[in-house]
Amino acid sequence: MILQLFLSFIKVGMFSVGGGYAAIPLIQNQIVDVHKLMTLQEFTDLITIAEMTPGPISINSATFVGTRLAGPFGAIICTLGCILPSFFICLALAFFYYKYRQLGGVQKVLAALRPAVVALIASAGLSILVLGLFGGNAAVFANIRIVELGLFAVALFLLRKYHLSAIQIIFGTGVAGTLIYSFI
Amino acid sequence: MKTKDNKIKILWQLFKATFTLSAFTFGGGFVIVSLMKKKFVEELGWLDENEMLDITAIAQSSPGPIPINASVILGYRMAGIAGTIVAILGTAIPPMIVISLISIFYTQFRENKVIATALQVMRAGVAAVIFDVVINLAKNVVKTKRFLYIGLMTAAFVGTVFFDISAMLIILICLGIGIADVIIPILVKKPVKERVKI
Repeated sequence: MILQLFLSFIKVGMFSVGGGYAAIPLIQNQIVDVHKLMTLQEFTDLITIAEMTPGPISINSATFVGTRLAGPFGAIICTLGCILPSFFICLALAFFYYKYRQLGGVQKVLAALRPAVVALIASAGLSILVLGLFGGNAAVFANIRIVELGLFAVALFLLRKYHLSAIQIIFGTGVAGTLIYSFI
Repeated sequence: MKTKDNKIKILWQLFKATFTLSAFTFGGGFVIVSLMKKKFVEELGWLDENEMLDITAIAQSSPGPIPINASVILGYRMAGIAGTIVAILGTAIPPMIVISLISIFYTQFRENKVIATALQVMRAGVAAVIFDVVINLAKNVVKTKRFLYIGLMTAAFVGTVFFDISAMLIILICLGIGIADVIIPILVKKPVKERVKI
């Protein structure tokens, strides 16, 4: 079974292009449908946890599935399977990138990609903000959460003005927000 | 000897940085990429901004988890294969520890109010960090004063937010536009004979 898990997660790692959310249906297919290692209910719980906790969703899922089915060793094997394709493919791409990126033509092609990446990061930021301000409810004005809005504004101000580090900001909002909510 | 010490120092810093970033990242791959940008470009000064954006584009278009892909490239850039392995470990270990603990205390975790609140409010902080990074990045795109780049950024943003176009498709389209941007000036300048190669 360990070998089967390993191969399943290699497939997940190899065919999930475009990040965590693209990996979810693949993991479901491998674990729930093909190998029947988990029920759909367990799988839904897994996705909830994977989204709530830090770290890449596919690594979270791999660890969770592995632990459930074969303990810590299973967790390591599944995660390894998930990472291995990335390791080889990205290593090769990194090699070519650093070899050829100084070429004029390559520079110009990359320059056209960069604005798109900025937009993609912005759109990811926007969806996290919406999730933070509305807590999963419909994004209408009546549902806005004042505490989170305040925290966001203060955090952004501190970042722009005093250049605090990302960890300070995220940890700080976590502590401040939890304290505020426990008093109201 | 000196260079060896130096390399170990870089590897250790790389591990520390990827480990803390991974431990504090909630949500998809672009979240960790903006944290990496803040850490490696703004705080440590290891990479320039364009390089980080290129790494993001490569990480997004390769199979596998984006944070892992970005770590592979970043680690390779800082310290070769050893760097890659260290960066992967730094990125993969925090979620492995967290998830292993949670899979034991799953019910308690799901029903704990304080944890739920902390996770919810932290999103406001994460969003602020991403906005901060985006403001810096967008400013630099505008500074190029090239209509093509500013237009691509706007169109890509509208495309993902309002039309739900996938990140992959957007990168492919921009790749095509970038290649056209290289080829068209060559075609316009050179006589017909040399066009055959394309």
